[in-house]
Amino acid sequence: MPEQPAPVRSFWSGTISFGLVSVPVALFPANRSRAVALRMVDRKGTPLRRRYVCSKDGKELDWDDIIRGYEVRKGKFVTVTDEELQALEPRKSRDIDLQMFVDAGEIDPIFFERAYYLTPAGGSNKAYRLLAEVMEKTDRAGIATFVMRDKEYLVAILAERGILRAETLRFQDEIRSPKEIGLPKKPEVKTAAVNKFAAEIGHHSGSFNLRDFTDRYAERLQVLVMNKQRAGKDVVKAASGPGDEGGGEVIDLIQVLRNSLGERKAPKPAPRKAKRARRAR
Amino acid sequence: MARAIWKGVIHFGKSSLPVKLYSAVQEHTIHFRLLHKSDHAPVRQELVDENGKPVEQKDIRMAYPVSRNRMVILEDEELEKLEPQASRDIAITRFVDPAEIDHRWYERAYFLGPDGDPQAYFAAAVALQKKNREGIARWTMRGKEYVGALRAEDGYLALIALRNADEIIDVEALPRPSGRPLAKPELAMAEQLVNALAAKWDPSQFRDHYRDRVMDLIEAKAHGRKPKIVTFRPRPTGEEKLADALQASLAGLRGRKSA
Repeated sequence: MPEQPAPVRSFWSGTISFGLVSVPVALFPANRSRAVALRMVDRKGTPLRRRYVCSKDGKELDWDDIIRGYEVRKGKFVTVTDEELQALEPRKSRDIDLQMFVDAGEIDPIFFERAYYLTPAGGSNKAYRLLAEVMEKTDRAGIATFVMRDKEYLVAILAERGILRAETLRFQDEIRSPKEIGLPKKPEVKTAAVNKFAAEIGHHSGSFNLRDFTDRYAERLQVLVMNKQRAGKDVVKAASGPGDEGGGEVIDLIQVLRNSLGERKAPKPAPRKAKRARRAR
Repeated sequence: MARAIWKGVIHFGKSSLPVKLYSAVQEHTIHFRLLHKSDHAPVRQELVDENGKPVEQKDIRMAYPVSRNRMVILEDEELEKLEPQASRDIAITRFVDPAEIDHRWYERAYFLGPDGDPQAYFAAAVALQKKNREGIARWTMRGKEYVGALRAEDGYLALIALRNADEIIDVEALPRPSGRPLAKPELAMAEQLVNALAAKWDPSQFRDHYRDRVMDLIEAKAHGRKPKIVTFRPRPTGEEKLADALQASLAGLRGRKSA
């Protein structure tokens, strides 16, 4: 289904299991979309809304009027319902079953696709902390496949600072090897040539700097906006309407994550009180 | 033989290295079209204003929200001026320890091939490997600016497009989940369990079975057959049962091994 403006509640929840232990988790994207979110408006600045219409009769359609179709040949579709797709999911599709643990450093980075934070869900976070601590200690990544939103994922579950995250990996048949691409075989390489490059590398080595990763387009855009704002040019009132094309909504994903990892805003209750509460349970 | 999608020149200190760029990723995602349920006509999207009136392409503008209730409208010509200039250069800012680049920065991988002299190309790959370094690269490809990592991959050069700094949520910004200290015996059992499930990373053993099943379903329906439907129910492990579950898992694994 096309993306619908989704609020950042967790966007998937399920359980991680290893052996017979199940850890309920919620899943959040670990990457935000770009900081700059432009909205689509008309000339006067009214936000626009996207709607779906039938290409035959031009009628506006609700989600209930829409079905997925796979084009088996030009103009000929096989339709598929949500129920049918759900039925194809593995029985335990809400289970990220860690079938094996590999050395975290062993996975070729070329496989990594997208990262998600996993936060403890359900009552206790004990099993979550246990898994995170052991994985961090052994420097292992748990490997599993699971289905989310009509797609099967291969994931590596990693732990860092007591927090679990899932990295979706590409399936091997999605990665092309140099051989498949048709790159030439490695010839004998002259030591002198290697040394020349090695010297350049040594010369330009440094430590990682976040400034190498700035979004320059976004920076130019911000300058343009600031200048126009200062000059009072094309500044309009933002009507908060139903229209929200282009992801105008800015959500504080970090705060959502903090809350869901159990950060309490209010001061912690006195220890004695907490103990009593525990006993009461 | 795959077709190169772009050609560029890596500026490696004083040396320059002409390369061809190939996608290392070939997606196999099944793409569905949205159809109108009643007549199976494809669905079209259109933009409408607050009154539901369609807005023509020439009347659509982009706006940048500057505060909760103000935004600045940007004209197409203004946005065009922000576009990067076309260039063939892959500029290397610096070389860093590969461990410093987190997986979460990875967006998409490309293989590079020599454009001309293979000697220099392979020498550069060997040098990166030997020095255990990755180059931080910037380039503009098809009208878009990229930041990436230049690294040696199986003796070849690969360029990994990375996400921009502001797209990453740093784990340091998040609180560590806390609670009562974990019990030593449980930690020991969990570690035993993880060790018992230890394996070598072998990507060839995983396949997108769901995709296969969806294709089978489509095939079946194209021939007029009906699929059947099932459901599921999750069962989390309660705190009091954690130790039991660990013990049972370990026992199960031992049983499997001795069998």
